[in-house]
Amino acid sequence: MRTGLIRILSAMVMVAALTGLSRPALALIEIDVTQGKVEPLPIAIPDLLGRSAKEQDYGREIAAVIAADLKSSGLFRPIDQKAFIQRISSINSTPRFGDWRVINAQALAAGQVTQVSDGRLKAEFRLWDVVAQKQMTGVQFFTTRKNWRRVAHLIADAIYKRLTGELGYFDTRLVFIAESGPKDKRVKRLAIMDQDGANLRYLTDGRSLVLTPRFSPKAQEITYMSYAGGRPRVYLLNIETGQQEIIGDFPGMSFAPRFSPDGYKIILSLQQDGNANIYTMDLRSRRWTRLTNSPSIDTGSSYSPDGSQIVFESDRGGSQQLYVMSARGGNARRISFGRGSYSTPVWSPRGDLIAFTKRSEGKFIIGVMRPDGKGERQLTSGFHNEGPTWAPNGRVLMFFRESRGSSGGPQLYQIDLTGYNERLVRTPGFASDPAWSPLIN
Amino acid sequence: MALRVLLTKGLLLGMLGLGLAACAGDTGRLGKNVAGKSAAPGSVEDFSLNVGDRVFFETDQSSLTSTARATLQRQATWLKTYRAVRVRIEGHADERGTREYNIALGARRASATRSYLVSLGVSPRRIRVTSFGKERPVATCDNISCWSQNRRAETKVVGAPSS
Repeated sequence: MRTGLIRILSAMVMVAALTGLSRPALALIEIDVTQGKVEPLPIAIPDLLGRSAKEQDYGREIAAVIAADLKSSGLFRPIDQKAFIQRISSINSTPRFGDWRVINAQALAAGQVTQVSDGRLKAEFRLWDVVAQKQMTGVQFFTTRKNWRRVAHLIADAIYKRLTGELGYFDTRLVFIAESGPKDKRVKRLAIMDQDGANLRYLTDGRSLVLTPRFSPKAQEITYMSYAGGRPRVYLLNIETGQQEIIGDFPGMSFAPRFSPDGYKIILSLQQDGNANIYTMDLRSRRWTRLTNSPSIDTGSSYSPDGSQIVFESDRGGSQQLYVMSARGGNARRISFGRGSYSTPVWSPRGDLIAFTKRSEGKFIIGVMRPDGKGERQLTSGFHNEGPTWAPNGRVLMFFRESRGSSGGPQLYQIDLTGYNERLVRTPGFASDPAWSPLIN
Repeated sequence: MALRVLLTKGLLLGMLGLGLAACAGDTGRLGKNVAGKSAAPGSVEDFSLNVGDRVFFETDQSSLTSTARATLQRQATWLKTYRAVRVRIEGHADERGTREYNIALGARRASATRSYLVSLGVSPRRIRVTSFGKERPVATCDNISCWSQNRRAETKVVGAPSS
């Protein structure tokens, strides 16, 4: 081990790709996210400083959100503030590293909050390597007071990025389906919340059954399926204006919508008698293109991040399996060959993996495989797990898990790509069909 | 007029049944309470009790079993008797599949059901299809006894035509 260099061994797999990313950044403290189970990195996060009581309130709340974000990743262990010896009084003077070493902190994130004259908040923070006794990074953010949580998420993302070498994912949101009522008469509402469960908002009122929302990679838009008017169809919703439109007025049912990575197209399935085929619509020209034409159920499409390929599920071979084809359609090659059936493929934002739901021997498994079908790996297995979605850094996944029985229902879980650090994502009631947003700009 | 409103809302089964029977102008042999239960001939209740409004499927399958065919043959006879009636076939799947596949599977079951009724002489114009996937189970336990009840196509009487 090099001097002043703490390597925390975290996730397994992906060795080539990930070490490629993280090696150049290997200056000081570093979390190696390429290994198996991790010993989380102890980090001290004092309340951000403030001159006024109001600023101090913000400082306390921001520090708590940063700590919760980092802890949820499983890669960090925020140290109890009661253990702190030094009381930071200025972020511009070097900390007494010995005081932080004694409590086993390896990193220290110290910051301050200022209410700026135009009513906004300014948050500054510095990340210190306690062992090497050096500043690792320093950043400042401005935001409206209402958005103080975003500042906390941005700081947590900056810390995560500096210490893991990967992009953070804390400044993100989730759309999902909030469920209430008995199992045979579920009320389903489209809901949106921050990645950590804060700022929950319902986007539909529950009168119509709604399913499978997905974020646009570019705009503040969601595509989803709704049974409004008794006709199951795909809709496009602007989150900010609430404006809503039907995507294509087909005689039959349309479902399973996703955006293309450039945000200009929606790919979906159209039901035609007993078969479902995959189509895309260009949102600019409103032109439709048919991509599959088979006497089978072709659905669950997902683009590769470069937009050149599509993975989808089809039962053309007898059972549901995963296939990859060009984004222009044409020949599809089967990539799933394990025991069982495969569905809900989702291409990782990094391009290196495809996550899926697998049904095998009465269990529902969330797994990943490479786009060529090799390297299949199970992340979690149980009575019913379904519908993985990727954090924008391609490192963490979310899915839903149904509990058994008449009173059972779905809840959201997140899990590390390694299969470690599985956690319940808290929602007010049952929740399903999560979709992770891209990083918010 | 008032009756038609009731019909579309699916309310007041008894009254509605009388209305339908009157509409169809046929007291019909099918009103004879096959299952020994009373329902006005031509009524929604008559259809569900004496004819059978649903058929069941094997896991991941949409082919019609012999029991399903027998039920659909009765449905076709009833529908050819009460020609004023229109139906919506709702396809369903059990919870042991993923959401979108189940939506398509439900649609495929509804489509198979519709095709068979049409082959038996029911006008396709009287039949609409939709799918609820696994969204509307009738049985909610977590074993095969419930799942097999949920893999179904339901034929729902949705109303009489305007004539």
